Amino acid sequence: MTNFLQQIVSGLASGGIYGSLALAIVIIHRSTGVINFAQGEMATLSAFVCWTLLDHGWSFWPAFAATLILSFAGGVVIQQVLIRPLQGSPLLGVVILTIGLLIAINGLTTWIWGGAAKQFTGPFSTSPINVGGVAFSKQDIGVIAVSIIVVVLVGLLFTRTKLGLGLRAAAVNPVEARLVGVRVGAMLAVGWGLAAALGGVAGVMAAPSLFLEPNMMQTVLLYSFAAAVLGGMDSPVGAVVGGLVLGVLLNLAGTYIHWIGGELRLATALAVILGVLLLRPAGLFGHTAVRRV
Amino acid sequence: MPLLELRDVEARYGEVKALHGVTLSVDDGDFVAILGANGAGKTTTLRAISGMVKTTGQLSFEGARLFRRTPEAMARRGVAHVPEGRGTFATLSVLDNLRLGAWTQRGTSQRDLARVFEFFPLLYQRREQQAGTLSGGEQQMLALGRAMMAKPRLLLLDEPSLGLAPLVVREIFDALLRMNENGTTIVVVEQNATLALKAAKHAFVLETGRVVLGGVAADLRADESVRRSYLGY
Repeated sequence: MTNFLQQIVSGLASGGIYGSLALAIVIIHRSTGVINFAQGEMATLSAFVCWTLLDHGWSFWPAFAATLILSFAGGVVIQQVLIRPLQGSPLLGVVILTIGLLIAINGLTTWIWGGAAKQFTGPFSTSPINVGGVAFSKQDIGVIAVSIIVVVLVGLLFTRTKLGLGLRAAAVNPVEARLVGVRVGAMLAVGWGLAAALGGVAGVMAAPSLFLEPNMMQTVLLYSFAAAVLGGMDSPVGAVVGGLVLGVLLNLAGTYIHWIGGELRLATALAVILGVLLLRPAGLFGHTAVRRV
Repeated sequence: MPLLELRDVEARYGEVKALHGVTLSVDDGDFVAILGANGAGKTTTLRAISGMVKTTGQLSFEGARLFRRTPEAMARRGVAHVPEGRGTFATLSVLDNLRLGAWTQRGTSQRDLARVFEFFPLLYQRREQQAGTLSGGEQQMLALGRAMMAKPRLLLLDEPSLGLAPLVVREIFDALLRMNENGTTIVVVEQNATLALKAAKHAFVLETGRVVLGGVAADLRADESVRRSYLGY
């Protein structure tokens, strides 16, 4: 039982990271239809930026905040410089551009920081904390807390603010949004910025347990795709829930189903993608649009 | 000085020319109907005004000649365009749709919301529902309510009666007349010419991308050729 609870909590911690990155993917996908394959490498770049600030003697939380602001700005710049000129061209071209961006950012981080893995000391100690006789890792609890806070903040932004209303309107119906005066181009840029910042959260939270190196987020990105598909590619809530479910599921499967172990985790995630696409293509939370005319 | 003036406005979709030089003017406080057969360029005329299509020729609004127009800039200038097929935000709630109408305003005023709900009490009952689940008539009311939230100087409506039951159409046009009495200038494109000519003060008839006839709505109703072509009696 103790082990079971520990596995669930550590699954939720990984799941929080998958969920944050999946949310970033969904935010871009539902506004433009583009799957951003560079989301993982962008997150790694954010983690490297944070590492550099820490290396220069910053303490963690200011460095984290600065990283998120820089990531947001980076996302906006990428959208304005690379994505905007392709507006109106076939989606496939844009998607392939994001694959190019993946390779470019990977090359950039390797060039600047080298390929060797770096120790990234996170804000939470790795020592255990005792809750009701069960020892949990403080780091896991911390990552879960940060993920929850970030996701709630993003949720409030989307549902409670005027900017969020504009973001949703631009995603649902860009033509109509322009007619009521929403600057749809600016909304798309903000969307990319938000996604990049969310990726930054995922990258910085993942770095302490994964070792920081240029390919760090590549498998995480695959898990996040699985999470996004599981929850529904257009559902922000689904992305987060999908991430948490997947994190726990993979951890439990790896622990209790011996032939899966650590080696078949990724294969299990891909099986989830395949299963969802076959059985429920809209995902758990994606809805088939209801519309009367 | 007219509120809106078009002189020799041309517009094309790729190779196809939709407007061959439209000239018309709309006075402040006017209620104008644009009539014409399918493909005459009625919808394109509205799209030209709200900046949804590129045009050549002159377009002046509030006395200023406007060159490069975008829909979002025209919305800021006080032009509300309700396109054909209502064009609401289907997955957003009724309330969010109305809030979006007030996007160019400083915040959503509760008074404006109350006024929309007073015009269309049904929308109040449905305020938390997704717009896409409303009936056609309710969606048209929502589209109109959203336009009211923007407090427009000029309201452009494309086929508001399309596919709606007569009772609903009447409610929509009653609302339009009330808005017009309160000072909103309205330009409406309508297939239902009888209805449009009854409500409007002035009217223009378009044929193959040109204005072929224009004047006081009552005069056009009496005009032999208009009656035969558009009123069917």
